[in-house]
Amino acid sequence: MSIETKESEEIDIEGILGSAVERREDPALITGEADYTDDIQRPNMAHMAVLRSQYGHAAVEGIDTSGAEAMDGVLGVFTAADLDVPGEVPVGWLLPSLKTPPHPLLAEDRVRYQGDGVAIVVAEERYIARDALDAIEVDYERLDAVVDPREAVQADAPTLHDSLAEGPAEDPPEAEGESEESGANVAFDWEIGDGDATDEAFAEAAHTVEVDLENQRLIPNAMEPRATVAEYKPGTEEVDVHMTSQNPHLHRLLMSGVLGVPEHKLHINAPEVGGGFGSKIHHYPDEALATWAAMELERPVKWQATRTETYLTDAHGRDHVTHAELAMDSAGTITGMRVKTYAGMGAYLSTFAPSVPTYLYGTLLSGQYDVPAIHCNVVGAFTNGAPVDAYRGAGRPEALYVVERLITLGAREIGMDPAAFRRQNFVPSDDFPHETPVAVVYDSGDYEPALDKALEMVDYDALRERQEELREEGRYLGIGFSSYIEACGLAPSELAGQLGAQAGLWESGLVRVHPSGSVTAFCGTSGHGQGHETTYAQIVSDELGIPYEDIEIVEGDTDEIPQGMGTYGSRSAAVGGSALSTSASKVVEKARRIAAHQLEAAPADIEFEAGEFSVAGAPERSMAIQEVAQASYLAHDIPEDMEPGLEETSFYDPENFVFPFGTHVAVVEVDPESGEIDFERYVAVDDVGNQINPKIVEGQIHGGIAQGVGQALYEGAEYDDNGTLLTGSMQDYAVPKAEHIPEMEIDNTVTPSPHNPLGVKGVGEAGTIAAPQAVVNAVTDALQPFGVDHIDMPITEEKVWRAVNDAGGS
Amino acid sequence: MYPDSFAYERAESVEEALALLDEHAGAEVELLAGGHSLLPTMKSGLASPDVLIDINSIDAMQGITDEGDGLSLGALTRYADVDRSAAVWEDATAFAEATHHIGDVQVRNRGTVGGNIAHSDPASDLPAALLACGGTVVAQGPDGEREIPAEDFFEGMYATALDEDELLTRIELPRTGDGSVGAYAKKPSPSSGYAMVGVAAVLDTDGDAIESARIAANGVMDHGVRLRPVEDALAGEPLDRDTIEAAAGRAADDLDDVMMMSDLQASSEFRAQLVQVYAKRALLGAAERAGAPAPAASD
Amino acid sequence: MRTAREAVDERDTLEMTSHDIELTVNGTAHDLSVEPRTLLVHALRDELGYTGANVGCESSTCGACTVQVDGDAVKSCTMLAVQADGTAVDTVEGLREDGEFHPIQEGFRKEHGLQCGYCTPGMMMTATAFLEENPDPGEAEIREALEGNLCRCTGYQNIVNAVEFAADEMGGGGAGADAGDGVAADGGRATDATGGVVAGDEATTESETTPHDDYESTGGN
Repeated sequence: MSIETKESEEIDIEGILGSAVERREDPALITGEADYTDDIQRPNMAHMAVLRSQYGHAAVEGIDTSGAEAMDGVLGVFTAADLDVPGEVPVGWLLPSLKTPPHPLLAEDRVRYQGDGVAIVVAEERYIARDALDAIEVDYERLDAVVDPREAVQADAPTLHDSLAEGPAEDPPEAEGESEESGANVAFDWEIGDGDATDEAFAEAAHTVEVDLENQRLIPNAMEPRATVAEYKPGTEEVDVHMTSQNPHLHRLLMSGVLGVPEHKLHINAPEVGGGFGSKIHHYPDEALATWAAMELERPVKWQATRTETYLTDAHGRDHVTHAELAMDSAGTITGMRVKTYAGMGAYLSTFAPSVPTYLYGTLLSGQYDVPAIHCNVVGAFTNGAPVDAYRGAGRPEALYVVERLITLGAREIGMDPAAFRRQNFVPSDDFPHETPVAVVYDSGDYEPALDKALEMVDYDALRERQEELREEGRYLGIGFSSYIEACGLAPSELAGQLGAQAGLWESGLVRVHPSGSVTAFCGTSGHGQGHETTYAQIVSDELGIPYEDIEIVEGDTDEIPQGMGTYGSRSAAVGGSALSTSASKVVEKARRIAAHQLEAAPADIEFEAGEFSVAGAPERSMAIQEVAQASYLAHDIPEDMEPGLEETSFYDPENFVFPFGTHVAVVEVDPESGEIDFERYVAVDDVGNQINPKIVEGQIHGGIAQGVGQALYEGAEYDDNGTLLTGSMQDYAVPKAEHIPEMEIDNTVTPSPHNPLGVKGVGEAGTIAAPQAVVNAVTDALQPFGVDHIDMPITEEKVWRAVNDAGGS
Repeated sequence: MYPDSFAYERAESVEEALALLDEHAGAEVELLAGGHSLLPTMKSGLASPDVLIDINSIDAMQGITDEGDGLSLGALTRYADVDRSAAVWEDATAFAEATHHIGDVQVRNRGTVGGNIAHSDPASDLPAALLACGGTVVAQGPDGEREIPAEDFFEGMYATALDEDELLTRIELPRTGDGSVGAYAKKPSPSSGYAMVGVAAVLDTDGDAIESARIAANGVMDHGVRLRPVEDALAGEPLDRDTIEAAAGRAADDLDDVMMMSDLQASSEFRAQLVQVYAKRALLGAAERAGAPAPAASD
Repeated sequence: MRTAREAVDERDTLEMTSHDIELTVNGTAHDLSVEPRTLLVHALRDELGYTGANVGCESSTCGACTVQVDGDAVKSCTMLAVQADGTAVDTVEGLREDGEFHPIQEGFRKEHGLQCGYCTPGMMMTATAFLEENPDPGEAEIREALEGNLCRCTGYQNIVNAVEFAADEMGGGGAGADAGDGVAADGGRATDATGGVVAGDEATTESETTPHDDYESTGGN
């Protein structure tokens, strides 16, 4: 069932929150009027291109730039030796025993992944800059490479960072049978949970299951490649940067340190941004290099990544190699879970990389289940690949994939229906807030209704009957469940700090009511497709009782917005929205005092509804908020202790994460002969708390599922043994097409978050977290007659065919 | 990325194109037709011609004409025009269907039949279709025109019987009898849309029995190839599902597994499996068009 | 085999001069001078300021750069500007006419068919050309028609709905080839209980039926 949108004029102000208002972002986007970074032109603008290593691992013996420098139209060619910058590419999340290798903006004497920058060219035209790259000669000495995270920590693996190689890791892994692990490429060795209690659970278990699985490397592929337009004003020493950013303030802070430009002289603007999915959170070398070049040459400089550069250098996602086990008692109740993961970090540590396979992964391993004992050990490994960092879901898809694969195998082991097995082990609805053995407290939840609704939508019992009938005809239908949990709304700052974040994760919101009664509201998040301008205007309109059309939302500009942490981790509504909501309610409180003053009543006696202040019991004595705004700026008659004006700012710091959840069901038919998988149904029941705009929520779910289906069936970055990316273009890496994505049937339950003013959770990543295991569980369910327990993603036709053949079928 | 610089020449006639080929004989020259194989390779730096001869304006190489005993497709006929041609669907169904499955709509609006065939991409769709339809390639060179049967045209990966000083001007598809049916079944790569495997099948049948069959495959070997064991297993047999399944099972019999294509998307072993599956689907599709009772390829 | 030096000499002796071309973009004629290697998309964006068409890849895969050249949807990154000399090019900037959104624009907005918007101009230019040829498409046909346009945000479902909306608005919708699957009738739009509307029946004339509609597809996909 599709949700019908409405124009805002059709909606009463009382109904604005929760309505499927048409997006206000769209008119500019559907006419070509919106400006993405590459649409920005400046007089006298030059173009930068980056020469990148074609090798996965090599020593740089020398670079000859003379040929390029001599070319007509080339303004400058620069290598690491030319860069006089104080900083390196920063790491924003530290773990105990984390080893952070040097990461200069351009490689100095060694390249460690294909795509590592070696030199930049700045030229009059973009074609000339590209031409000049071919004229730079680099003398490389090839080195052995390692691309698999498990192999990377073996003693005989090539070492990526000699400076980190002295001795083993500070906290060497001591698990059985792994004594050959070397510390040279170990970035960290991290654990969570109670190892002894978990071992005990396994020792006493009536049943156990285990699985070896990989959560493959993914490449984000936002449709707009990264880009920068940087300008320097020598007179004022100001630097203006337009860039593809999910978090301009964070980029300003980090780039300020890298380039030595004071924060107050650095202005970062995220114009229209064409998708991110995490890839535009991080501080890469390139945007800083373009900014440096603009300062060096005193010319505006544009850098626009090609898709090839996107594949090579955008931070990749996932890349886990995992062994996981589940312990159960004789009745099929879960008693313990044990997980060991090798996480590929790529060649360097990207901005938030250390947090992803640790605090965003291990903490979610309890899923929707009451698991008494969990232990998880993660070894982060440097490999000769692009750095790995947050990609839509970031750690949580990896965790839920492990959980839901184990649960499915557990049900199979016990001989229980997978839905019944899930139900039996769910955290009961009266046990919230629920503290898990992996350090988080679920804020609210009610898991059975979502499962029940999904079962009803697929007509589960009839479906199982049909599965039986089809099997007799030699046709293989599979039903796959994913009952997922998600932790988002990043994050309580104090907790983030305890976990190693080098930033607070609050959000700022400023609500300014103009004298005429219209509003401009500013938020430190930075949308890039999520429709924030629409949803935030709905929130502010609802809070102030001012018409939606009279409210303008500003995001993505460090000069306009007080401060900000940006958009990622499905945080914008829960944290940014809450900041605006809080600011708006502060505005109402100030306005209430002004109204009380003017109406000659006590503030406590002033009621506020739908934009109207009135005296309790005397509704004819009233003032519209617009009138109050005017009075506040006239300041002719406001309370004595009050400053004029009507605007408020808040820095909202959430109490806890929010924990959306839901159940997805995939129904597929698998052809063992061709290995082909056809979707019959895809049903998703999600609970993301209160919904501000259900149509936007639906869109987020759709898109998230598509990326999850992409991971399950199509996508996967492949490096060869030399560290050469084999899937370096859209011709080789399958970004799903319209024909690859099933028709999705969406419904929801609503369990508000108890700890933010809107009762919202988060929706940006839910689909991506939920979908992969729904599909994999469906495929393995279809192939149960062949004894197939597991197939690694992406499940290509060939993998299906081989699994069936290896199991002795067909 | 962007192409390297090149000199651009536009030919208005076949003669002018041949003269330009001669004039630039010492240089690296590429002919620009639809450009959908060439321009991406130029943009990625894999091709860097000195001279590009744009042949799109040559009127004599455009369009589909009925020659009585067959159809003539000008080399510059766009895929979309083939797909819109009732005549090609009627007389060379397998060819039309293969064209319909090339790339995407934007590619079909620009890509040309001649460019495709002259390129001999092993994963392209038209070589097998041309082979199965018994087509002929017509080339013009300094010494005049010559006809090259499809059988002799494809020599290897990106290698054909075309000489450097020749221009592929048209292809000819013979008129088929009333009992001729065809189909093309393809497993596209999810990323590129090129054929992991594609099989073209043309059957001559009276509706009950198969008189003769021409079956060819793309994507399996380094160029489009006939699947003769399948053809042999069909000739003279009844047109039914059992015959088709048994024949399709022989699709890989004559294919040298050492030389079989193998890449990230499908190993040679799996291609050997896929070619059997898709031979079956193409044959079932053709059989259905013959009005045979064989059920449609639901698997 | 030529040496590299000879190749360079050869190249230097050749004419690399600019070519004068004329492009009629959204009805306005433009004369411009381009290098032979200039891609149409860069001529449109950088020379003429039509920045609606976006560049999302260099492998002719993503379709974000799709414009119409003489009415056909074309990836403007895979056509040289010199090849477009004398043609009429339509871009997203020309869709809105007389202050009114085109039905495809309305559809994308009403059905939430876009999020970041980067793929949207190309998506709409493909869709409008498609609807010219097939005014009454079913869901599967729409998905097939969009296989040359990648979207990373929406999961395509609302894009399909947007195209169906536009088909209805433009008078073709309601009797799609696979309307029977219940998808085309989604949203309670102009489909009556008998599964057809007058406009839809009229639109499906023989001249607008592509030949392959008469042939069952046998492709695996």
